[in-house]
Amino acid sequence: MAVTGLIMVLFLLVHMYGNLKLFYGQAEFDDYAYHLRTMGQPYLPYSGGLWIIRVVLLVSVLTHIASAFTLWARSRRATGGRGGGRYQSTRARRGVQRSYSSFTMRWGGVTIALFVVYHLLHLTTDTIHPGGVSSSAYVRTVNGFEIWWVVLSYTVALIAIGFHLRHGFWAALASLGANTSRRRRRHLNALAVAVAVVITVGFLVPPYTVLFGGITA
Amino acid sequence: MNITLRIWRQPGPGRPGHMVTHRVDDISPDMSFLEVLDVLNQRLTAAGEDPVAFDSDCREGICGMCGLVINGIAHGPQASVTTCQLHMRSFADGDVIDVEPWRAGPFPVLKDLVVDRSALDRIIQAGGYISIPTGSAPEAHSILVPKDDAEDAFDAATCIGCGACVAACPNGSAALFLGAKITHLGLLPQGQPERDSRALAMIARHDAEGFGGCSQIGECTAVCPKDIQLEVISRCHRDVVTALFHHGEQQEGPPEDQTGGNLASGPAGD
Ligand code: HEM
Ligand code: SF4
Ligand code: SF4
Ligand code: FES
Repeated sequence: MAVTGLIMVLFLLVHMYGNLKLFYGQAEFDDYAYHLRTMGQPYLPYSGGLWIIRVVLLVSVLTHIASAFTLWARSRRATGGRGGGRYQSTRARRGVQRSYSSFTMRWGGVTIALFVVYHLLHLTTDTIHPGGVSSSAYVRTVNGFEIWWVVLSYTVALIAIGFHLRHGFWAALASLGANTSRRRRRHLNALAVAVAVVITVGFLVPPYTVLFGGITA
Repeated sequence: MNITLRIWRQPGPGRPGHMVTHRVDDISPDMSFLEVLDVLNQRLTAAGEDPVAFDSDCREGICGMCGLVINGIAHGPQASVTTCQLHMRSFADGDVIDVEPWRAGPFPVLKDLVVDRSALDRIIQAGGYISIPTGSAPEAHSILVPKDDAEDAFDAATCIGCGACVAACPNGSAALFLGAKITHLGLLPQGQPERDSRALAMIARHDAEGFGGCSQIGECTAVCPKDIQLEVISRCHRDVVTALFHHGEQQEGPPEDQTGGNLASGPAGD
């Protein structure tokens, strides 16, 4: 859970950084998309590097989901399927100190998984093309984000990712043994909030810039 | 003070139960929560009714017997105390208070508010022995312990095995209890010879008892009467991961379950 989660966070940081190239215009962005496919050449065949990353990501996603199901099943068994809501009393339904994010991990995860499928169909395979078909990744992206509901759907997904990472990043580090004192705990939690905010905001900057006319195809 | 208690009444293991309302009048704000249950039981007994079954022993916050979920919070609204050390001044006159047993798959309810917590004992047992000379008391300076380690180990050793961490955990995990026990011996020189096998055997027992997996939510430490800190869970995971690495190097089979092999003192609870 923790290791695969951290691999995906790393991917998100790189992906977010890559998306910011949208600001440099079509040539630069499409060139970047092209380089994603030629990286590692001539050691690797065309798209070889990209496929290695895709396989690592796919294995991470599947392992992450499988671990989540295992944890969920154990949690159900240990709490009669009711989790934190297993007491008759309704006065402490939100627990004593738990974060809002910690409630959203399961459904947040499902939301993100659905988003990734939608997003791949949209910008990688060009199967869904709300802004029109194009062989240019730049044009696909910009045309897509000129439509308000596309931006809205990305916004919902990225907020879900933000919450998921707020708890997930902290939990991954703690599960790997990094939480060794109260001070460390404060720092790890602050780091998790920072990573969540950077990723959510960093990803949302290009779509909103497109929507408000700052970038055009 | 006059209060109303809504108490989980269940006639026996596996039998259906439900919340029953009992009024308790004329109690003092200086009474402990358990004394109020004593008063209620005297009145119920005098009236020929079945008294409320609940656990207690030391009534001074050190034995870990007295866990109750009060208004949805393990050991009640006041932080860092056991139920026996919770006083009625923490409540207001006229309050309606919900009282329930610990709820977790591995803690079956025996009657009313009494649960069977022996799953925690079996985790301790799985930890097995530590190799130390017993008999006459050793010379105090013969084993040196760094001050910080001694303090952290002692903090972890204050865990009284009450099980509130499990009762509060949204995943029904005993990770905080397990972490306290692993940290306690793992930090001390006396705990080193069996450090790896102990970590592996105890976490295996924890999982086999049906406790959930920890997802670092932190409700456990918030209700722990002994303020066991969340870092014991990270320390436990470190020991388990280290043990798995060592284990891979040694190319052995899985560690044998050391239950019943208590030669010297085990990682005792209190
Ligand atoms: C506003 C935010 C985002 C934008 C503008 C964006 C844009 C893009 C574009 C243009 C591609 C296609 C690249 C190419 O084929 O050359 C792509 C691929 C991809 N994106 Fe995003 N993305 C965003 C957010 C996300 C998020 C939040 C995730 C994950 C949760 C994600 C996961 C992926 C994945 C897995 C691929 C496929 C990589 C591959 O195998 O080719 N994206 N994205
Ligand atoms: S860790 Fe705290 S809550 Fe859990 S059993 Fe020990 S003393 Fe009780
Ligand atoms: S940190 Fe959370 S999930 Fe882990 S044992 Fe404590 S309450 Fe349960
Ligand atoms: S009765 Fe011993 S801790 Fe409460």
